[in-house]
Amino acid sequence: MAYQLQFAEVWPHWEALAKGALYTLELTAVSTLAGVAVGTLGAAARSSRNAAARAIAGAYVELIRNTPFIVQLFFVFFGLPSLGVKLTEGQAAFLAMVINLGAYSTEIIRAGIEATPKGQVEAALALAMTRVQIFVHVVLKPAFERIWPALVSQIVIVMLGSAVVSQISAPDLTFAGSFIHSRNFRAFEVYVVITVMYLVLALFVRQLLLGFGRWAFRRT
Amino acid sequence: MGNFSYWDILRNLLMAGVWTVALSAIAFVGGGLVGLAVLFLRTSRVPALRLATQGYINLFQGTPLLMQLFLCFFGLAALGIEVSPWVAAGVALTLYSSAFLGEIWRGCVEAIPKGQWESSASLAMSYFEQMRHVILPQALRIAIPPTVGFSVQVVKGTALASIIGFVELTKAGTMITNATFQPFTVYGTVAVLYFALCYPLSWYARRLEVSMNVAGRH
Repeated sequence: MAYQLQFAEVWPHWEALAKGALYTLELTAVSTLAGVAVGTLGAAARSSRNAAARAIAGAYVELIRNTPFIVQLFFVFFGLPSLGVKLTEGQAAFLAMVINLGAYSTEIIRAGIEATPKGQVEAALALAMTRVQIFVHVVLKPAFERIWPALVSQIVIVMLGSAVVSQISAPDLTFAGSFIHSRNFRAFEVYVVITVMYLVLALFVRQLLLGFGRWAFRRT
Repeated sequence: MGNFSYWDILRNLLMAGVWTVALSAIAFVGGGLVGLAVLFLRTSRVPALRLATQGYINLFQGTPLLMQLFLCFFGLAALGIEVSPWVAAGVALTLYSSAFLGEIWRGCVEAIPKGQWESSASLAMSYFEQMRHVILPQALRIAIPPTVGFSVQVVKGTALASIIGFVELTKAGTMITNATFQPFTVYGTVAVLYFALCYPLSWYARRLEVSMNVAGRH
């Protein structure tokens, strides 16, 4: 007997899908803000004069970039409680995503910082700006402008990777899919719908952030 | 169950790690072969083929790898084909890798100066002859560093196969944690083992990139 596709079985659960998609978006939004902040600090450390700061930031980047996100997530959620750090699934998902995006964005932002023309810094020094002022106004903003497309791609990758947080029961879009699957046993239909929703979310987030970049880095 | 010494944990993880390596190898080789087809279609002279391949690439790059695994695992079963986690993971990771490798290699092919295409066309070479004798040998050189770099993504991607029940390093970590109640030690060791697999690849990719840049500056 041939399998009959029955997408109609998925629609009664639209509320669960909407809630899951919203959770995925919220999780992505807050971890992006915190992750890019961590990445900025990491990049500052990576390009600082302090050898210890450079080494620590370098080790952090290599450690995170060379291990799977799911292992980082399990380590945070299952491993940290044995050190006395108890986290809810939402907090663990957030923390793991921040740590992950922080490492990738450190490398991306560092590339932007290193591309700063030397004369810009020298000119700022000649204007008697302090080191912090120079970093924020002369180095950082043009650096973000340069690397914005790469950073947007990485944020989208992290959002797609966040499907894994369903494994620690964080109620994201994939979790909603597993829930619906357990109710109607229509695995294929459910995951087709979820996959298409991720595709739409990825396009939406990408366009939103690229639009934000055009606005934030506009020339007046 | 008795007591687990650290050596027991490590030995079991290492045995499971063999499956991570095997699955990575299958996905990388399979992805490379399919990726080559993707490359040919993506750079073809027929617009419809280019467009269809673009869609294929966008689909795999714009959706979570976990969903791709689920669709292979549950989707093939729905079509009446019984699939083991092995087959589902191998197929999903092969397709995923092919989309990324095809796109990486397209960039390398497009980096070859247009004159190379034109002069080989003037020698009455067909599209495949141009690719085989003129373009690919040159593109291969610049393709090696990003290809090695992508292999790290493949190794990390195999960790998701644990979710559909394929017993590799991550799944073994979960199973051993359930038996020993030592998540910190076990997942810490799992992370170290992944690092041991991935870091040499990352390092090698970066070294190749630097050495080729230096060569390109002459």
